[in-house]
Amino acid sequence: MSRIASCFEALAAQGRKALIPFVTAGDPSPAVTVPLMHAMVEAGVDVIELGVPFSDPMADGPVIQLASQRALAAGASLQGVLDMVAEFRQRNTTTPVVLMGYLNPVEAMGYETFARNAVAAGVDGALLVDLPPEEAEAVAPVFREQGLAQIYLIAPTTTEERMARIAEAGSGYLYYVSLKGVTGSAALNVDEVAVKVETIRKHAKLPIGVGFGIKDAASARAIAKVADGVVVGSALVQRIADYADQPDQIPTQVAGLLAEMRAAMDKSD
Amino acid sequence: MSERPDYAAFPDAGGHFGQFGGRFVSETLMAALAELEQTYLALRDDPVFLAEFDRDLANYVGRPSPLYLAERWSRELGGAQIFLKREDLNHTGSHKVNNTVGQALVAKRMGKPRVIAETGAGQHGVATATVAARLGLKCQVYMGAEDVERQKLNVYRMKLLGAEVIPVSAGSATLKDAMNEAMRDWVTNVDDTFYIIGTVAGPHPYPMMVRDFHRVIGREARAQHLEQTGRLPDALLACVGGGSNAIGLFHPFLEDESVALYGVEAGGDGIETGRHAAPLGGGRPGVLHGNRTYLMEDADGQIIPTHSISAGLDYPGVGPEHAWLKDIGRASYVSVTDAETLAAFRELTLVEGIMPALESAHALAYARKLAPTMGKEQSIIVNLSGRGDKDIHTVAAIDGINF
Ligand SMILES: Cc1ncc(COP(=O)(O)O)c(C=O)c1O
Repeated sequence: MSRIASCFEALAAQGRKALIPFVTAGDPSPAVTVPLMHAMVEAGVDVIELGVPFSDPMADGPVIQLASQRALAAGASLQGVLDMVAEFRQRNTTTPVVLMGYLNPVEAMGYETFARNAVAAGVDGALLVDLPPEEAEAVAPVFREQGLAQIYLIAPTTTEERMARIAEAGSGYLYYVSLKGVTGSAALNVDEVAVKVETIRKHAKLPIGVGFGIKDAASARAIAKVADGVVVGSALVQRIADYADQPDQIPTQVAGLLAEMRAAMDKSD
Repeated sequence: MSERPDYAAFPDAGGHFGQFGGRFVSETLMAALAELEQTYLALRDDPVFLAEFDRDLANYVGRPSPLYLAERWSRELGGAQIFLKREDLNHTGSHKVNNTVGQALVAKRMGKPRVIAETGAGQHGVATATVAARLGLKCQVYMGAEDVERQKLNVYRMKLLGAEVIPVSAGSATLKDAMNEAMRDWVTNVDDTFYIIGTVAGPHPYPMMVRDFHRVIGREARAQHLEQTGRLPDALLACVGGGSNAIGLFHPFLEDESVALYGVEAGGDGIETGRHAAPLGGGRPGVLHGNRTYLMEDADGQIIPTHSISAGLDYPGVGPEHAWLKDIGRASYVSVTDAETLAAFRELTLVEGIMPALESAHALAYARKLAPTMGKEQSIIVNLSGRGDKDIHTVAAIDGINF
C-alpha cells in the first residue's frame, strides 16, 4: 500500500483527520526546509505538501508568491526540491510528501525524468495546479507507471459531472479548494464546504482534503469535522516570512502553530 | 509537414494547435472557460451578433482602415512596394480595439457587469476602458508598475475613461505579471467578471476568439490589395508580442501559399545577448498563462525577464497559433533590435509623415531589410498596428529631452 493510502487508513481507524501543512520548499533558504519538515512531523502533521517555487504562481496570493520569490532568489530548483525530500527520507520513511506546483518546471525536467526521480527521492504524489485532467493525457500514464499519485483540485465552480471525472482521474487524495480565489484568501464558509464535500463523496472513494482559508486552530477544527484532511498553507508561510531573518526560529514557530491546530482537531466535543 | 493543413479546423475542440494551445488553468476557472467557449461558439455563427459587431467596427472603430501605399518610402528603399495597413487610424489608435469591441459584446451577452484586462503598452487597457465606458461596465486594468511608469499617457487616458489602473509590482512588474494578477482577480470574481484578454494567448477559447475578432484586418487587407493592384501581396509583415495584430493579418491569407508571412519579434539588444523578448526566436515550448507555447525560460522552467524598448512586446510568451505556424513552416519569425526599431520609427515619421507605435516599428524595421531584396513589381503589406503618440516620451528620453 502507498504511504498516502496507509496514512489515511490509519487515521480513519483512529477516527482522526489528516493535518496537511503546505510550505514552499527552499523558503527562505534551502537549509531551512528539511529541519522544518521534521519539526512539522513532530508537531503531529500527517502529510506534507511541499511547494515547488515558480516564477509565475498564477493561482497564489501574495503570501505564497513572495515565498516563491524568496526561494528562487536563494537558488531553489525542482531538482533541489527532490534532493530535500531525499534528505528528509533518510530519517523519515513514513510521512507522505506531496509536491505542489505548476506544470512548467516539470515539463522542463521532462515528465519521465521527473516522475522517476521524484519517486526515487521518496515523493508520494504531485499536484500540478495548472494541469486539469483534460490536459494530463501525456502525464497521467507516466505518473501511474512510476507510482506517483496524481492529486487533483476540485473547486466550488466544479460541476458534479466534472467531479466524477476528476475523482476517476485522481489518486492519493482529492483537494477541495474551499473558496473562489487564490491561496491566502480570507472568507471560509464551513457550511458550504460541508455540503460540497458530501457531494464529492457521492462520486469519490478517495480521501478529501480541504484547503484555502484555514488559518488557525478554530478553522482547522471546523474543517476537520467535515473533511478527511485539513490543508494549511498561507498562515504557515506568513509565519516563515515573519522569521525570514531568524531562520533558526522557523521550525519551532511553524511547529507551534501546527501543534495548536492538531490539538484543536483531535479534541473531542 | 507534407500536406497542407486545413487551417480552418484549428484549434481542435480542446483548443489545441498541434501540440500548442490548450487550457492549462486551475480548476476554479475550468467552468468559466467552458461557459465562455459555449457562448462564443454560439455567437460566432449568430448573424445578429455578427451584424452588431460589424456595425460597431464600422461606426465606432471607423473601419475599414485604409491600405496605404507608402510610395516615397518604397522608392527610397528601392525594392518591393510597401503597403501599410493603417490600424493606427482606428479609434483609440491601435488594432487592439477590434478585439475589445468583440469581447465586450460577448460580456454583455453573458450579463457580466465588470470587465478586467491586463495591459503592457496601455493600448489594450485603453481599448478596454473605452468599450467599458460605452457599455457602462465597471473596468479595472492591471498594468506592470514598470509599464505604468513608461506609459504614463495611456495610464491617464484610462483614468479619464473611468477605469481604475492597478499597478502590479510582483515579479518583473511588466505585462506577464499584469496577466498573472488579472488571472488571480478572475479566479476570485469569476461570477460577475469578464476577463478581456488583450492578445491571442491565454487558455482556450481566448486565442481563437481574439483571432476571430482581428481577422477583419486580413480580410480587408486582402480585398484592398486585390482592388488596388489586381493581385495578392508577396509578403505580410507584423510585429509579434502575443501575436494578435499578426494573426489578424495572416489568418485570411494562410491558404494563399504564394504569400510569405513574417512575424517580427522584439530583438531587444540582440538575440545573442539574451536581453530580448523573442520566444519564437530564442525560446522553447512550455506552459504559461493557460497555454502551451514557446516561452523564454531557464533550464529549470522558470520564466526569465524579457527586454524590449516597446512595452507592448515585452512578454515572454506568444500566442499558440504562432508557435504552431512556426513549427509547420507556414510563417517565419524574425527579430529586429531596439536600435533598428528606433531607426524605422524615425524614418517612417520623416519620410511618410506617419508616426508609428514602437511595436509596429519592429515590423517596419524588418520591411527596411526585406523590401530591397525584392523586385519593384512585388509588394509587401506591413501591419501598422498602432500610432506612436504614446511612445513620444520614450523616444524623447532617448534623445535626452524631458518634458
Ligand atoms: C500598437 C501595438 N501593436 C502591437 C502590440 C502587440 O500585441 P500583439 O502582438 O498582440 O499584436 C501592441 C500591444 O500593446 C500594441 O499596442
